[in-house]
This record gives sequence, C-alpha cells and structure tokens, in this order.
Amino acid sequence: MDAILLQILNGLDKGSAYALIALGLTLIFGTLGVVNFAHGALFMIGAFCAVTLQKILTISSVSIDPEKKDFLGNPMEVKTPYVESIFGEATGQLIINWSVPLAILFAIPVMLAVGYIMERGLIKHFYKRPHADQILVTFGLAIVIQEIVKHYYGANPIPTPAPDALRGSFDFGVLLGFDPNAVIYPLWRLVYFAFSALVIGAVFAFLQFTTFGMVVRAGMADRETVGLLGINIDRRFTLTFGIAAAVAGLAGVMYTPINSPNYHMGMDFLVLSFVVVVVGGMGSLPGAVLAGFLLGILESFAAMNEVKSFFEAIYLPSIDQIIIYLVAIIVLLTRPRGLMGRRGVMEE
Amino acid sequence: MLGLNKKDTGLFIFVICVTALAPFIMNPFPADSAMAQFNAGYPDLMQRFVIFGIFAIGFNILFGLTGYLSFGHAAFLGAGSYAAVWMFKLLSYNIVPAIILSVIVAGLFSVIIGFISLRRSGIYFSILTLAFAQMSFAMAYSVLTPLTNGETGLQVYNDDPQWLKGNGPDATHFFGLEMRSTFDLDLGAWSFSFNVGYYFCAVLMLVAFYLSMRIFRSPFGLMLRAIKTNQTRLNYTGLNSRPYTLAAFVISGMYAGLAGGLMASMDPLAGAERMQWTASGEVVLMTILGGAGTLLGPLLGAGFIKYFENIFSKINESVLHGWFGFLPDGIENGLIWVIEHFVGSGWHLTLGLLFMLIVIFLPGGLMEGATRIRDRFSGDKTKKDTEGKYAPAGE
Repeated sequence: MDAILLQILNGLDKGSAYALIALGLTLIFGTLGVVNFAHGALFMIGAFCAVTLQKILTISSVSIDPEKKDFLGNPMEVKTPYVESIFGEATGQLIINWSVPLAILFAIPVMLAVGYIMERGLIKHFYKRPHADQILVTFGLAIVIQEIVKHYYGANPIPTPAPDALRGSFDFGVLLGFDPNAVIYPLWRLVYFAFSALVIGAVFAFLQFTTFGMVVRAGMADRETVGLLGINIDRRFTLTFGIAAAVAGLAGVMYTPINSPNYHMGMDFLVLSFVVVVVGGMGSLPGAVLAGFLLGILESFAAMNEVKSFFEAIYLPSIDQIIIYLVAIIVLLTRPRGLMGRRGVMEE
Repeated sequence: MLGLNKKDTGLFIFVICVTALAPFIMNPFPADSAMAQFNAGYPDLMQRFVIFGIFAIGFNILFGLTGYLSFGHAAFLGAGSYAAVWMFKLLSYNIVPAIILSVIVAGLFSVIIGFISLRRSGIYFSILTLAFAQMSFAMAYSVLTPLTNGETGLQVYNDDPQWLKGNGPDATHFFGLEMRSTFDLDLGAWSFSFNVGYYFCAVLMLVAFYLSMRIFRSPFGLMLRAIKTNQTRLNYTGLNSRPYTLAAFVISGMYAGLAGGLMASMDPLAGAERMQWTASGEVVLMTILGGAGTLLGPLLGAGFIKYFENIFSKINESVLHGWFGFLPDGIENGLIWVIEHFVGSGWHLTLGLLFMLIVIFLPGGLMEGATRIRDRFSGDKTKKDTEGKYAPAGE
C-alpha cells in the first residue's frame, strides 16, 4: 500500500508539469486554433528565468580581504553579492537562497511579454494558414529560441537549487496514518505539486468567474458571434496566449530544482505534452489536466520493479519508456476524441 | 521516353546530366585558391546530397501529394540504417543485401505506423507520427539495445560472423567495387574526384526520381492530389481514401529506408540520433524549402541545406576576419559579432530562422520563388491570378 502511495506521489510531480504545459497548449488551441510547437520552448524560457534571476542576484562586488589568505598565501578575494551589501548579510543570503520561488514574480511579466510578442509578431499571421504551416513555423521558432538560449547559457545543465528550508524530505505517510518512515518524499516535489494545483485552479477560476474569462469561453465556442457583438475578441485571445505562456513558464520555473535546466528540456517535454493533449481530448481544458496527471502516474507505476518484471515476462521490457505512447495509441484507436473531448470536435 | 511526356523527359535528362557531371559542377574553384572552401565536390558531401535527395523525394510523395505532414520519417531512415548494418555484420560488406533489407524493414515498419497514424488526419496525424518516432528513438536507446547497441551505435566488429565474406574486401563494396575508392583527376589548378559510392547513390537517386515522376503523373498520383485538395468530398463520392494514403505513406517510408541503407553503406555505422525528431524536421524543411508538391523541389532543397550546412559549419572567426579585414576595426568587429551567431555551431540557429522565413514568405519554396520571378519578367499576369497562393508551383 505504501509502495503504491509512493508511486502516485512520484507520478504527481511529472504529471503536474505535463498538466501545466498541456493546459497552455489546449488554451491556445481552443482559443486561437493554433498548434503551438514552440510551447516547450516557453517552458524552457520559464526555467531560464529562474537561472537568470539567480545569476542577477549573485552579481558580486570583489574586494580583497587582507586578513584571509588562500592556500598560496596571497590575500584572498572575497565576493560579496550586491544584494547582501544592500539588504544586509542575513537578508541578502535569504533572498539568494529563495531565488527559485522569487523567480515566479520575475517570470510572470517576462512570460506575458514573450507570449504577447509571439502572438502579435508571428502567430497572428497564421490564423488563416493551414495547420501544417502553423506547426512548421512554430517548430522553426522553437529551434531558434533553443539555439539562442544555448548560445548564451551553454549546453550544460545549470544547477538551480531549491531553498534550504524546502530541500529536505517529508514524512508524508504519517499524515495518512502509515508508520513513520514508510512514505518519505522530497519536500520540493510536494511543493511543486501544490503549486501547480494552485496555478491550475487559478486558471480555471479566472475562466469561470471573471467577465474576461466568460468572454474567452464564449469566444472558444463561437468566435464569430462574439466578434459580431462588438467585443474585441482578438485582444482577449492575445492575452489568453500570454496567460498560456505564463503557465508554461511557471511550470518551468518551479521545475528547475527537480531537474537542472538545459536548452533542450522544452523539446523533451513538448512531445509528451502533445500526447497528453491528444489523450485528454483536443480543446478540453479539464481533459488536459486529467490526462496529464493520469499519464504521469501511469509512467511512474510502469517504472516499478514488480510491474516491469511482469511486462518482461510477457516480452515487453522497459515498459516505462513507452507506456505513454502505447496508451495514446490505444486511446486514439478506441476513443478518437480523447478522454474528455466533446463529440464532433476535431474528431477527423 | 520511358512513359514520360516531352517536358518530363527533358527534366529527367537534365537531372541525369547534373548528377553525372556533379564532380565538375560542384568544384568550380581551383583547389588552392581562397574560394576553394566553397567547393562541394568531395565524395562525402556529394553522397549526402543524393542520399538526402532520395529521402526528400520520398517525403514529398507523402507530404507534397497528400498533404499529410509526417513528423516521424527519421524513424524509417534509422530503421533502414540499422537493418543495413546488421546485414554487414551477418553476411558481408556487400551492400546489395543490406540495401534490399533496409528497404523491406522500413517498408514493414511504415505499414505498422502508417496503419495506426492514418486513422487520423491533420494535426493529429503529425502528433501521432511524432510520438511514434520519439518512441522508436527511446526504444533504440534503451529497450532494443541488443539490436541497436544503444548509445554507442551499431557498427561492425572484427568478431562478427560475416558468413558470406570469404576473401571479400574489408570495406563496403558492390560485388568487389569498393564504395570508398575514388579516382582523382587533376586538370591544371583544378582537382576533381569521382567516387564510386557517389555514383552508386546517384544511380539509385535517379531511379527514385524516375519512380516519383511516374507516381506524380499516374492516376494514383492524381488520387493522392485529390486527397490533398478535399478529402471530405472524395469520401462523399464513395471512395475510401485510406488505402491510397497508406500506400503513399509506405512508399515514402521505403524511400527513407533506402536513404538510411545507403547512408550505412557509405559509412557502416548506425546510431539512434538519426531517428530523433529534429532529423524528421530537417527533411520537412528540405521539402518545403525546395517546394513541396514539385518534382525537382525536394532535390533542390536537400542540396541547398546540405551545402550550406557544410559551408556555414566551416566558417569561424578567423575566416570572417580574413573576409572583412578591409573594413575599419569598429565596423569589422561589430559585423563579425553579428555573423558569428549564425555560423559555425550557430548553424542550427540559421536553420531555424530559414525555416520560419520560408514558411512565412515563400510557402511554395524555391520553386515558387523561381516561378514568381519568371512570371514577373515575362509579364504574364493572367497566370498569376489563376494560381492560388498554395497551389503547387512549377508545374
């Protein structure tokens, strides 16, 4: 039982990332009808927002401390980050320590701006073009973004640790009445899950309970009529694109302590997120979230030794590598509109 | 001739001449001159021209005719390479069985993937093929390691059985004719190399090109175009379009397998990275750059991309300083700083930008560009109006 719980927890953090990216993809597809192959790149830009903030915060002034010597006997150079000299040592170190959560505040405006520029500058011209053209141009854009990031940050992963306070692990089992030490789980991954649940909740609340969200939902259902009612739907959709970009970016920011970001992390997630969208049902927001978590959990169950050896016995080794694709194929063949897709929407 | 009309015969003869004389055409600059770095007439690069030409011609039969955008064609190329290297390991370095098996394996593989993927169309199809290709890539890296040798890549070792080898040569050969053997011809300052491997690939490329011409002009090709134009209407007339799309998918998969087999025949290695989805993106780019749906386009695109990949990768800072040395220092350094981003290891950035620019401004590719220029000079306005923006150009 505790092993099963552990696998569910394992799946949740990957599932959260899938769900957040797939949510943004679906939002863009549902509103603008555009298939965004550059969405993985947005996820990566978010992750590099965290890296950038960390770099900015640790910009240091170099002074020579005559009292300390390094191992050659020369006076040692002491680097004092400007943040520490401005806010005092203790507060400064705290700020640097918490750079990843702080990057959320940094990433939101950056991602909104990136999304806005992307939509107005490029995607706008592709509404009336065939889907193939949209796929190709966003694919090209993804390559360009990836190469620019690679040029400035290098090809190697950059470690961005979580704050010390959230770095340990957490005895999750005790909460549910298991023995102590039965289910111990890294704290940050729980934080990641809670954070993504919060973001998903916020997006849904925004769409459900605000006038803006109502107009966007109406536009998703029938864009032309909303336009005829004298509402500037294009502007709202542009902002929706920005929100989708911000959601992907936030997923990226918070993911950095789990896996050190590198320039191709976006591409790795993109393909799986597309599979998630397809399984959930193209254009269905709850479907994307549900499928994201389901596939994440499924993947972690497939990585269990018991499951693996069972599948090896029936000649399907390393099932964890391919389980998501297998599920996607089965879903598409038996239920083409996906788990929660509406009948008749994109069913061809 | 050969069942082609007059215009096509002319085109075919033109392509034959260009490929046959390629060692001359690709080496226009004397070997010792400063311009020699723009020469492309060395065997390795010329082989890549024709091999990727085959790959793009095959992809064009699917994408150009039916409009189904596959993002997973590199999987067939990879499968073909693996099959060919296994033939080298088990039988001998003779490339005939290797190429035959690689085409068959890629064909079977594409039947399976095509059968499932073609149940959906549009973006679903692209995503499905992409997922399949990524799955094959992941499997080649992990699960199938006994077959693919995982990260190291598959290659021929000394203790491999090679049952039919006997006293045969130790390099890939066509009944004794080694692929790597090259005849160098020195004419004054110029040097031309004639490589057996290149001509072998070129002959197969010509066969592939001829077949694709016949497909384009056949009733089958017409049916594929009908699918691209309006599949719903085709279905309403009572036709089942799936067998046709599946046939096109398998044909283009076999072309990819042939290209993979040839790649392994030129250099007996196969690695999983050949299956990665960026590799699939590259063949899409070649086809679009040249002009999807045209006969000559894919060849042109493949040559263009492979040529500039090679040239751009070779340029580095010192070469740039050599070029712009005549400028004042400030301007020189600024210019070099800008250009540096796009050359050398920045080639992928250039590729991505090129990709975007072509899709945005010239969806019909180079062939459409050529048609537009021709129309402008001949002042033929009526033709321009009837041609839709997405109509296949150059026909």
